[in-house]
Amino acid sequence: MKLTEKIIEGLLWLSAAITILVTVGIIWVLLSESVAFFSEVSVIEFFTDTEWTPLFDVKRFGILPLLAGTFLTTAIAIAVALPIGLTIAIYLNEYADASFRAVIKPLLEILATIPTVVYGFFALTVVTPFLQQLIPGLAGFNALSAGMVMGIMIIPMISSLSEDAISAVPKSLREAAYGMGATRLQTAFGVMVPAASSGILVSIILAISRAVGETMIVAIAAGQQPRLTLNPLVPVETMTTYIVQVSLGDVPHGSLEYRTIFAVGITLFIFTFALNNISFWIKKKYQEKYD
Amino acid sequence: MSKKKNKLEAIDLNAYYGDFLALKNINVSMEENLVTAFIGPSGCGKSTFLRTLNRMNDYVDGFRVQGQILLDEQDIYRKEVQVDELRKQVGMVFQKPNPFPKTIYENVIYGLKIQGISDKTLLQETAEKTLRQTTLWDEVKDKLHKSALALSGGQQQRLCIARALAISPSVVLMDEPTSALDPISTAKIEELIYELKKNYTIIIVTHNMQQAARVSDHTAFFYMGELVEFAKTKTLFTSPKETRTQNYITGRFG
Repeated sequence: MKLTEKIIEGLLWLSAAITILVTVGIIWVLLSESVAFFSEVSVIEFFTDTEWTPLFDVKRFGILPLLAGTFLTTAIAIAVALPIGLTIAIYLNEYADASFRAVIKPLLEILATIPTVVYGFFALTVVTPFLQQLIPGLAGFNALSAGMVMGIMIIPMISSLSEDAISAVPKSLREAAYGMGATRLQTAFGVMVPAASSGILVSIILAISRAVGETMIVAIAAGQQPRLTLNPLVPVETMTTYIVQVSLGDVPHGSLEYRTIFAVGITLFIFTFALNNISFWIKKKYQEKYD
Repeated sequence: MSKKKNKLEAIDLNAYYGDFLALKNINVSMEENLVTAFIGPSGCGKSTFLRTLNRMNDYVDGFRVQGQILLDEQDIYRKEVQVDELRKQVGMVFQKPNPFPKTIYENVIYGLKIQGISDKTLLQETAEKTLRQTTLWDEVKDKLHKSALALSGGQQQRLCIARALAISPSVVLMDEPTSALDPISTAKIEELIYELKKNYTIIIVTHNMQQAARVSDHTAFFYMGELVEFAKTKTLFTSPKETRTQNYITGRFG
C-alpha cells in the first residue's frame, strides 16, 4: 500500500516536473541560439536598423519592420475586438435575459473553436476581396484584412473575460445606481464598467498577447514582406510570420540566417511574457479589491 | 389614525415570482412625513413589498404585479411611467452599505451628475447639505476626495443615505438599513430617521422589533405574503388584534 502511494506520488511529481523542464528547455534553446546570433549581429543594430533582409545577399538585421507589422495587425485586431467584445459583455450582463444568454454564450464559444487556419483563409478569400471593392488600392495581402479577422477571432476572449469581470462587480452597486434613478445605460457605463475596469484591462492585455503571438492568420493573409510602415493597405510581415517562413524554408541549420528565428523568437517571447505578467499582476491587485 | 395625506397606497396588490405568489392582496396606505415600518419573519414578503414601491423588482426575471401602487394618487405601474423618474422621487437605502468605488464626494453627487447637473457650486452645496443632514460632514469634510470604501460600515451607510437624499426624493425606502451595523452606528441611523421624517416619508423594513417600536409611527406586520395587521406602532406592539401578530412580537416564532 505504502509503495503504491509512493509510486503515484512520484508519477505526479514527474508530470509536474516535465512541464517545467520543457519550459526551461525552450528558454535555454532560445537563449543559447540567440546568444550565438548576437555574437555576430549587435543588439543595437538588431533594434535600430530599419531593414530586415536576412535571406537576401545584402543582409540587414533590423527587427523594426517585423515589430511594425506585429504592432499594426495587433492594433487593428484590438480596434475590432475591443468595442464589439465589450459591447457583448455589457449586453449579456446588463440587458439580456437568462434564456438569451444561454443561447449566445455557447455560440461565442464556437467562434473560439474555429481553427485559425480557417480564419486565415476567410481573411484571404472573403474579407480581402470584399474590402478591395471598398478600398481600391488595397493589396491582395494586407495588414487590414488579417488584423480585422484576427479581431473577430479574439472577440470571445474579450467578451467572456470582460463579462466575468462585470459579473464579479457586486450586484448591490447596480441596485444603488438603479435606486437613484440611473438608466440601464448610465448604470452600465457609469458604474459597472468602471468598477470592472481592472478585469476588463486584463482581458485586453491577454487579447493583445494572443494577437501578438497569432501566426496562421497573418501568415496566410498579411503577406510576407517585412516593411517598416503603419499603412494597413500593403503587405507586411509579423514576427511570427517570419519564423514560419524560415522554419519552412531551406535555410541551412546553424547558419546566421537560421539563428535569426531564435532572435526573433526570444523577442516575441519577451513581449508575450511581459504582457501575461502584467495581466497577472493586475488580476492579483483587482481580486483584493472586493474581498 | 391621523389625518395626514396618504403619500403611498397599495390597492389590491398581488406580486408573483414566476408562479409563486409572494404578496397576497395587499391594501395599505403610508402617510406623508411619517415613518412606516414593515416587520415579519424572513420570506414574509416585506422586502418584496418595499421593492414594489420604487419598482426595483422590474428587472427580476419572472416578477410581475397586479393591482396598483399609488404615489401621490398616481399609479406607479402605469405604462407611461419612467422608472428612472420614479426612483428620483422614491429613493432607496439598502441592507448592506453599497457606496460606489469612487470618492465620498463623487458618491454624494452621483444622482445629480446622472441628471446632467454640472454646476459646481450647486453640487458642492448639495454635498455639504446632505452630509450635514446625515451628521457625516464633520467626520468626512477633510477627506471628501478620498475613496468612500475607506469609511467604516456605519459611515458608509450614512453616506448612502446622504447620496439618496441628494436628489431630493419625497419618499425614502430603507431595506433593513442597520442590519449590517454595530449598535452605535445603528443608534445614529435611528436618530437620523427621526430627523428625516420632518421632510420625507420613510418606509423601513426591519427584522428588529425594538427598532420598529423606536423609530416608526405605523407598523405593518407581514406573514407568508399577507399583510396581517397594520396599525399605529404603539397599538400594534401593546394590543395587537391578531393572534399571529401577538405570537410574532412576543417571540413565539420568526
